[in-house]
Amino acid sequence: MNLKRRHWRDRLMLGVLSAATVLVLIPLFIVIVYVVVQGIGALNGDFFTKELGSPARAQMGQETGLVHTILGTMVVDLLALLLAVPLGIGAGIMLSEYPDHRLNPLLRLLNDTLNGMPAILKGLLAFALIVKPMGTFSGFAGAVALAFVMLPIIARTTESALMIIPWSIREAGLALGLPRWRVVLSTIIPTARVGLMTGILIAFARAAGEAAPLLFTSFGNNYLPSHWSGWLLGPVDTLPQRLYSLAISPYKQWHEMGWAAGIILLSMVIVAFVIGRLAWSGSRVAKR
Amino acid sequence: MEQAEARKSLVTRAPYGRRPEGQAAELRELGKVRMQTRSLSVHYGTAVGVHDVTLPIYNQQITALIGPSGCGKTTFLRALNRMHDQTRGARVTGQALLDGEDIYAPKIDPVIIRRRVGMVFQKPTPFPTMSIYDNVVAGLKLVGIRNTALLDEVVERALHQAALWDEVKDRLRNPGGSLSGGQQQRLSIARALAVEPEVLLMDEPTSSLDPQSTMRIEELMAELKTQVTIVIVTHNMQQASRISDHTAFFYVGDLVEFNPTRKMFTNPDEDRTEDYITGRFG
Amino acid sequence: MPAANPAISAAVRRIPPPIYRWLGDRIFLAGVVLFGLSVMALAVSLALVLYREGAAAITTFGFFGFLKGTTWDPALRLEFGALPFLIGTLVTSIAALALSFPPAIAVAIFSAEYAPRWLAHIIDGLVDLIAAVPSVVVGIWGIFVFAPWMRETFYMPAYLWAADRHPDLLPLLGSPIGYGMTTAVIVLALMIIPFTAALSRDAIRLVPKEQREAALALGATRWEVIRMAVLPYARSGIIAGAILSFGRAIGETMAVAMLIGNKNTLPFNLFGAAATMPSVIVNEFREAVENLHLSSLMAIGFYLFLISLLVNLFAAYLQRKMAVSGGRAV
Repeated sequence: MNLKRRHWRDRLMLGVLSAATVLVLIPLFIVIVYVVVQGIGALNGDFFTKELGSPARAQMGQETGLVHTILGTMVVDLLALLLAVPLGIGAGIMLSEYPDHRLNPLLRLLNDTLNGMPAILKGLLAFALIVKPMGTFSGFAGAVALAFVMLPIIARTTESALMIIPWSIREAGLALGLPRWRVVLSTIIPTARVGLMTGILIAFARAAGEAAPLLFTSFGNNYLPSHWSGWLLGPVDTLPQRLYSLAISPYKQWHEMGWAAGIILLSMVIVAFVIGRLAWSGSRVAKR
Repeated sequence: MEQAEARKSLVTRAPYGRRPEGQAAELRELGKVRMQTRSLSVHYGTAVGVHDVTLPIYNQQITALIGPSGCGKTTFLRALNRMHDQTRGARVTGQALLDGEDIYAPKIDPVIIRRRVGMVFQKPTPFPTMSIYDNVVAGLKLVGIRNTALLDEVVERALHQAALWDEVKDRLRNPGGSLSGGQQQRLSIARALAVEPEVLLMDEPTSSLDPQSTMRIEELMAELKTQVTIVIVTHNMQQASRISDHTAFFYVGDLVEFNPTRKMFTNPDEDRTEDYITGRFG
Repeated sequence: MPAANPAISAAVRRIPPPIYRWLGDRIFLAGVVLFGLSVMALAVSLALVLYREGAAAITTFGFFGFLKGTTWDPALRLEFGALPFLIGTLVTSIAALALSFPPAIAVAIFSAEYAPRWLAHIIDGLVDLIAAVPSVVVGIWGIFVFAPWMRETFYMPAYLWAADRHPDLLPLLGSPIGYGMTTAVIVLALMIIPFTAALSRDAIRLVPKEQREAALALGATRWEVIRMAVLPYARSGIIAGAILSFGRAIGETMAVAMLIGNKNTLPFNLFGAAATMPSVIVNEFREAVENLHLSSLMAIGFYLFLISLLVNLFAAYLQRKMAVSGGRAV
């Protein structure tokens, strides 16, 4: 009977769809489990306190670790945030608070285009603009490259966060006699702060995991910089780039440290992800 | 002649729950009861949408359900083709009989019921990615009918029944969304009629249309009722008094009164009915 | 009622001087526009700088000549042609898209139509998490776990079977070491699933209730409602998701570079090593000494930019063409 077949097909599709869902999610768990299991052994005190040095150190069981990598990641990521956040929020303000500005369609188009560009291209841009004139790889160049990655994301999330606020709130501020700029800075921005922070967090999580742009800009370093200025003016090690180097190296001990670096990267990303998710859904609950 | 008969039986196939012609003819007499609810209630969690309604639907006549908004008339209507199966937390108790069989009995397949009891909604809902032609035959394609000659015939028949044929016969391949609001609603009606339902439920079919389209649809309903039993929910009392044979007045989930339309609007039994009809509330 | 205090009234009624408002607004607007311009400048400079850096190679070999050239010889002849990488990028991206599309749609449908809300939240979160995992982490897992597993489970058996029964197939299969085209494509497909899935499930959730009910009222089963009323209505969102996935696949760098084996010459085959535009840049950049070599890598970056741009524009065009708005299929 045709009807029986239709019902049978209906049940079959339910089975197929649920199986596909499981199939898609399994690799995620496999990756996470492998990273944790393989890397946990190398996450000892030395890992957080010693620098990498030459391969011989690891091979001969001497003290070695990734302290310079972790510090380098913090320096580069923070500097990137300092560069990208003001520009991104400013661009987002332009898009949402001055919607009739004639440059806006172009800005939106270019921003969306930038968003879709592979991160490696942004690294090449930073190489051409910063590394070549400076004559050296540097933490500053790495920060600029990551800022290029963060910037379009922050602009877009800022625009979204600000657009959610009803226009009547701005009118209320203006009706009180406040100038436009006060309305934005003192009323709108604070109201949207959860959305703005979430956007910055998303951009940070995305940029923090990128290795390609850093390969051409901060380049990497097996040692701590000798002078504090070395963090900005000389080559610097960062987690994603170091993970790549360790993984493709021929030394087994370095592979173990690579997995451990993976644990740290994954933790950063997952924490940022969860916070961003909770904040986003929390703000949605509050608005109801 | 043989071919026409064979084609006809393809559409009205027995597996979809229709009784063989002989028995059905008896039931299809004018004035017989086609559907009947017995103590039908619809619960949403703890709230009650419709409470203990016992109501006959007479064959080949138009039954109107009226009442202020929120009174349960739409909820009752949707119970007649088991639409509440889809709503989380909705529970239906009591009986709804179609040709004497309870559609809520445990072994009954709602898919079959929905073939026999069709529905047209308040908002016209042609499938926008399909052509006019494909919209009309959507229900037929579901059961695997592919014979283009048969489909062509059904399309012509259904669009005639919906008084839309002359307007669209030259552009059957145009998308369904390219029609005006009134035409889209008639297309939705044609789509529902294509599968030859025995009962057609209409949920405020003209409330989102302009007066002219409303008039067209009311006209076609007068013709349709000779072929299909119609139950219509309307918040427009003039419409109910114009087109229906029987009227049921609902208030806060209860069936207050059920009477032939003429009596309902000139000399209702209940005070509440009279109050509503004369506009004292609602 | 307390007597009106003239001092307080005067303070409350004081209006800031016009200059405060006017100047403040102008400065603020100027600052904001400046920041907006910086974003636009970034986008434009990306195109210009990549071209400038790659100009040496492009002028030496020709705009299309560079793309069509198949020799990549940084050591001996200093001749560079990008065709292998172009083909590698296109083949891996198209194959990954094809491989990822059905599962991604399936997850989107399951989450949006079948799963109860709490489960849908969890599934959506996990799927989005896949996109958040850094490419290098997927890469290291691929190198030490996935590729060897693929080699043992599929490549070697297939290779041995072919060596035994169909030696003519061997060139098609290629070397089964595990690091090659197929491994990269599978991993890439996994990484781009979340983009199709996320946009598709949003589009599916936006399909109006009435459309579903109209299909249901015709006597459709649950799956038939989805197939007849929901998916067609959501198609522009689904296509948008697919194109976004494709755009990400083109630019995906690290995991591919770590798993694709890095062979710079055509032809490519199923299991054997290959290369893509991002992978060759990553693999050779740090060792590129010759100006022409570096310029050629930059030129590849420029072509990658052009391809990305084309994909984005195509996405915008398709979206407009396939959108369904207000019941009218546009």
